Amino acid sequence: MPDGALPVLDVRGLKTIFQTRAGDVHAVNDVSFALKPGELLGVVGESGSGKSVTMMSLLGLLPSPPAQVERGSVTFDGKNLLQVDPETLRQVRGGKIGFVFQDPMTSLNPVFNVGNQIMEPLRKHMGLNKRQAAVRAKELLELVGIPDAAQRLKDYPHQFSGGMRQRVMIAIALACDPKVLIADEPTTALDVTIQAQILDLMKDLRSKLGMAVIWITHDLGVIAGIADRVIVMYGGQVVEHAPVKELFKNPQHPYTRALLKTIPTIHGERAARLTIIEGQPPIMMDAPSACPFRDRCDVAFDRCQQENPPRYDLGNGHDAACFFDARTGGPRDA
Amino acid sequence: MLDETRKPLVSVRDLKMHFPIYAGLLRRRVGEVKAVDGVSFDVMEGETLCLVGESGCGKSTCGRAVLRLYDITSGQINIDGQEIGSAPQPKLRPMRPTMQMVFQDPQASLNPRMTVEAIIKEPLDEHTKLSEKEKRDKVGELMDAVGLNRKFAKRYPHAFSGGQRQRIGIARALALNPKFIVCDEPIAALDVSIQAQVVNLLEDLQDQFGLTYLFISHDLSMVRHIATRVAVMYLGKVVELAPREALYADPLHPYTKALLSAVPEPDPSLEGKVERIILKGDVPSPSNPPQGCNFCTRCPSVMDICKQVEPEYREVKPGRFTACHLYNDTADPTAGHEAQESTNKESLT
Repeated sequence: MPDGALPVLDVRGLKTIFQTRAGDVHAVNDVSFALKPGELLGVVGESGSGKSVTMMSLLGLLPSPPAQVERGSVTFDGKNLLQVDPETLRQVRGGKIGFVFQDPMTSLNPVFNVGNQIMEPLRKHMGLNKRQAAVRAKELLELVGIPDAAQRLKDYPHQFSGGMRQRVMIAIALACDPKVLIADEPTTALDVTIQAQILDLMKDLRSKLGMAVIWITHDLGVIAGIADRVIVMYGGQVVEHAPVKELFKNPQHPYTRALLKTIPTIHGERAARLTIIEGQPPIMMDAPSACPFRDRCDVAFDRCQQENPPRYDLGNGHDAACFFDARTGGPRDA
Repeated sequence: MLDETRKPLVSVRDLKMHFPIYAGLLRRRVGEVKAVDGVSFDVMEGETLCLVGESGCGKSTCGRAVLRLYDITSGQINIDGQEIGSAPQPKLRPMRPTMQMVFQDPQASLNPRMTVEAIIKEPLDEHTKLSEKEKRDKVGELMDAVGLNRKFAKRYPHAFSGGQRQRIGIARALALNPKFIVCDEPIAALDVSIQAQVVNLLEDLQDQFGLTYLFISHDLSMVRHIATRVAVMYLGKVVELAPREALYADPLHPYTKALLSAVPEPDPSLEGKVERIILKGDVPSPSNPPQGCNFCTRCPSVMDICKQVEPEYREVKPGRFTACHLYNDTADPTAGHEAQESTNKESLT
């Protein structure tokens, strides 16, 4: 931590596997990161890179079996969340740590009105009575920018549009003044104009409430707009970690560099032909013994086939898990 | 880009696709969803016309209606010199080989119980009289063309990744040597690193076979890459149609402006400088569109006239069409002159 602030959430060496009939799938391999108070940490990766599974492992949201958190520690509020009893974990979930899921269509209960669903965490975690909870629920709906809040509390999820439902989800996650908000692809299912509304809302809420946010996405454009720091995941590992400006200006891992090149933009020069990353993302059927990106990498060499690179510290809070040093254009020292 | 010698391969005039709503005990018809409500455009030979818009704006319905996958409510569709808008389905069948479709979800659009070979071969079975061996050869050629290994011909779709499945869908669409392909969000279900592979493939095939695409997408940055011209849809209508560069450099319609400004910029140093127009509210329901201009409920530069009179869709600059009252005076230069002259006269008197 360069600025010395104590992290609110500290994840070390997390490893999660899924036991399947075909063998163990190593979904999360030795993932470590720290979340500082009030910052927004972006987590980028393609589908299957392990970004959602990482976050769900933290809160014990994965069904076990098949999932199993094998190793690691998750320090929050002085406790290791991987070892506390289920009751304590329940207190944390939806209380001090809020969660916004990707699909607002399926994550709200269709048979309860939204007022009920916002009041549920308030009554369970904060011990408010029905009347107090209703008042707070109205405030929350206003906070996330739903007009006519008192009236809308009585409405059911199907009466809201996609963007509005996502606002309701955010209201639920914010209900108990969380220290940490984990948002798993919260804008992926939404249209761009609605996405812009939600991003705007999020910036506004952060400045008002000052919570730390983990924002999972596969869209580098979204990340560029809101994140303070970014971790890039590939094959269940963190391959690069840097402050947002540094990452976009000076990407060090070949995967990040390739990813930044493949996405077309609406400003600037239009490429005559898109750069592509050959091949497919890996399916992690074996414990990683080599770099997961080796088969698609344009600078891979012998060592990448034999060892899995550790995260090399590059200074300025930037690290990358790659044996190739983009700065010198040659292999790193052992 | 605007090659005058090119002629339209597809021309669509005032296409309407309304879906009836039935309700009540007697299932009476109580209204209709105007999914596509009076759309006109041409697709030139060899070009890629992109249809963009938010979900629910009718872009997919429009794409499907153009191929007559629906029985349209009204309008004319002319593909390669043949009027198909009013043709009955049995008459359409022999015309199907010229027009094909690539669907959005490669998972759902491939039959899980057919092998790749059987999937790609099916159109050949239906529409040609080739021998089994000729068909198998053709399947092999198609698999080569889309970059699939011929050895995988006997495998089933589940054995392939998303990007590979989309390649199977593309090979199937190519089987009958079509001239015109409607690509309905072919990359939306794919990962970013795979999207570029499929887009490059579609571009290569266009060069190789001289294809014409109607490319439906909501991804404006990818559209900028692939399009020759872009049509922007909002609530069942085309609000703006322009050549790619012109549209991105200087959008005319307020909705296009808002849409472009909402696209996240993958560069944090630029991000702060981008002037965002954040639209309030949601898209109105197409079963009950607002009076006047469809966009008047969310438009940042709304005027009184917008709430009463529907703007006419017309050419305001060469090659650039839009439907917006803001461009009323520029639309018809002669009318503008007359108005100016009359005011001049008034000032003289």
